Amino acid sequence: MFSFCTDPSVLEQAQWFACYLTTATHMAFYRAFGVVILLLAVTAPAALAMGMLGALALRSRLAPVNMIGRGYVNLVRGVPDIVFFLFVPIALGQGIEWVMHHINCPDWDQPIRQGNDFVVCREAKVPPVGASAWVRNVYAFSMAVIAFALVFGAFVANTLYGAMQAVPRAQVETAEAYGMTRGQAFRRIVLPQMWVYALPGLSNIWQILIKATPLLFLLGIQDVVYWARELGGAKTSLFAYPHPDWRVWYFLVLLLFYLFLTWGSERIFGALNRRLARGQATAQGERQRRAEA
Amino acid sequence: MRTCAESFEGYILRSLGRDWGERLLPRGLDITLCDQIFLIASGMIWNVYFAVFSISIGFFLATAVAVARFSENPWLNRPAGAFIFFFRGSPLFIQFFFFYSAFVLLPRGGIDIPLGFVTLNVDTSPLTTAAVGGLIVLILNTTAYSAELFVGALRSVPKGDLEAADAYGMAGFTRFRRVVWPNMLRLAWPSYTNEAIFLTHSTTLVFLSAFPARQQSGEAFYYARYFVDQTFNPFVAYPIVAAYFIALTLAIIGVFGLVNARLNRHLPREKRARIRFRPQYLR
Amino acid sequence: MKKLTLSLAALALSGTAALAQDVVRMGTEGLYPPFNFINDATGQLDGFEIELGNILCERAGFTCEWVQNDWDTIIPNLVSGNYDTIIAGMSITDARREVISFTDAYKRASPSAYMALAGTDESVIDSGVIAAQSNTVQAGLVADTNATLLEFPTPDDTISAVLNGEADAVLADREFLVPFVNDSGGDLVFIGEAVTPGDGIGMGIRQSDNALREAFNAAIAEVKADGTLNELLTKWFGPDEPLF
Repeated sequence: MFSFCTDPSVLEQAQWFACYLTTATHMAFYRAFGVVILLLAVTAPAALAMGMLGALALRSRLAPVNMIGRGYVNLVRGVPDIVFFLFVPIALGQGIEWVMHHINCPDWDQPIRQGNDFVVCREAKVPPVGASAWVRNVYAFSMAVIAFALVFGAFVANTLYGAMQAVPRAQVETAEAYGMTRGQAFRRIVLPQMWVYALPGLSNIWQILIKATPLLFLLGIQDVVYWARELGGAKTSLFAYPHPDWRVWYFLVLLLFYLFLTWGSERIFGALNRRLARGQATAQGERQRRAEA
Repeated sequence: MRTCAESFEGYILRSLGRDWGERLLPRGLDITLCDQIFLIASGMIWNVYFAVFSISIGFFLATAVAVARFSENPWLNRPAGAFIFFFRGSPLFIQFFFFYSAFVLLPRGGIDIPLGFVTLNVDTSPLTTAAVGGLIVLILNTTAYSAELFVGALRSVPKGDLEAADAYGMAGFTRFRRVVWPNMLRLAWPSYTNEAIFLTHSTTLVFLSAFPARQQSGEAFYYARYFVDQTFNPFVAYPIVAAYFIALTLAIIGVFGLVNARLNRHLPREKRARIRFRPQYLR
Repeated sequence: MKKLTLSLAALALSGTAALAQDVVRMGTEGLYPPFNFINDATGQLDGFEIELGNILCERAGFTCEWVQNDWDTIIPNLVSGNYDTIIAGMSITDARREVISFTDAYKRASPSAYMALAGTDESVIDSGVIAAQSNTVQAGLVADTNATLLEFPTPDDTISAVLNGEADAVLADREFLVPFVNDSGGDLVFIGEAVTPGDGIGMGIRQSDNALREAFNAAIAEVKADGTLNELLTKWFGPDEPLF
């Protein structure tokens, strides 16, 4: 990037660092932070939506819907996300290509599974054979979003369901006394009031989601932890910028990044919490009332 | 080829060390399905060990930290807040790495603590092992997350209960033990169940980030990766690990569900009515 | 108008089909110097195998696209069809032959060596604590001896373990360790004998993909015959590297 970077071995400290921190690999490292934030921004609403559907299914009195809700929540919550992320992309990728194969190549006579290999016709390949790199990256990214939304949606469903149950029964009874149907009571009374009970659990899940982003590497995306390990590892004289094991420093940078994300999230959740607790008949609400009085 | 009985005998306790079963792990073409099932099951011993100890120790520590955080005294709530912030704010991966790097720097001969006429030598070498060092990191991690849940629950304790406690003249520890703490538990329990499950799943990361596996003894996911690496087939080992974890998770959900029922036994439960088609206009 | 659009479409499809026919996706790891690594300055893949791979593709008449994939899933992803070859310093072993096929070897088997702090006694090889990366051939080799195996997730961790005393020695590919020994100024040395597992390094190809394998074998034979391969081997691995 700078003009004096052509021969790093003759540079002194400050210039060497200036060149070192601006190499193409370091640029990829900085871009990875953007990828992480983008993933969080897209996955959080997706997981919330999945969780809401799951919670509604759990609450439903229709047996099949209830079963589906329970099945989803318990099975997905049951599997460690790392296993999920290692297994699901291959399985999902093969599944999609299998479906495309049956749609696009109905006259293919060879078996798809040849020994260990999974072979489908050219038109069934997803992403398509001639696709450019950015299409592949977007595909990999969407797989990541789907995998994360599925996993965290199950936990969100559980928290939201607990929150719905935690709304004091007296409120729902009053709604029934007023003649509201179950659906109306839910929409007008339970839904607005459940957020104060859901918030601690949701903020925890958000924090866990942030910390789960290092697992992106398993989905084939080069995330911040991948680059920190790669750049921090000891570099011998084979490389242009040799250095000893500097992973502690790189991980320190990651630590600060995640602490900053956490601090920002806590400010937002704290403000939300205070807003929702106002006027509530809880310890927090009481404290606020006294503080304002 | 090994029979399933031989596999069972040779591998079911192998994760405890080389002396607890076959010395060598099965390799390449030699691997049978029973090998995978039993060796991965043996790895679950570590996962259960980590989960049980970190959740139980973490529970008590978290209550203490939560009470400190909820208090109005800044000398208590600031340090508690910093602790929670630090351990919730950083990924477990990175926590393992930093703690391992720190433990490795401790002197190899142990630390000498002079106590006047006798010097106590504290052997710190177990700290670099996963069994002790990894457990410590998991305990600290779960303490922070659980404390945050408990603080949220403390804030949501119904005002009426607190006023009733005051009316009865309860104060201090009595009030905490009889009114505040049960309510805190009740309100936090669904999210705490989540946290217990997350923690159990995080035990798969112990050998992935920094702590070494000694004599090829590791937890279930470590063995699953070993098998996938040897057989190049992820469709056997990973579903086996997943199945064991589902079973473990269902066990946790069951146990925690029983506790949940007990905590909520004094509250009216929504009665599950049969569906009655009664649209508004018929009323 | 309809004929025009149809013929244009046919032309486009045939164009892409012709190009698509020749695109071969090469899977590599990118974390294993000097075989394959990411060049600091350009941010691109670089190394012995990248250079060799590009030459082979040229000789075989393919357009090659490089894909990076982590080591643990590199074979399952080949088998699933995410890319067409594995060219990542992979040793040809019988166990791997069960799942994928290999081209002819383009490099002799790399020996593995023990590295320790200067002054370490050779007896640690059979009785001490030896560090190795988890799920590697070397880990298996150490497990066979009476030494206590300490498995770490990354190669850097194994080197750190030797440096801070957690392990007495590390067993890894000799080529990987040479730069560490050279750069350490005498602090790190090789001890004991080198061990040589495997049948050489080759390209991994799906068992069903016979045409691709033949094409690459022909290209490999060509670069062996005209000395290009030997040049590359000497360039990346030094003058002691056994040649073809």
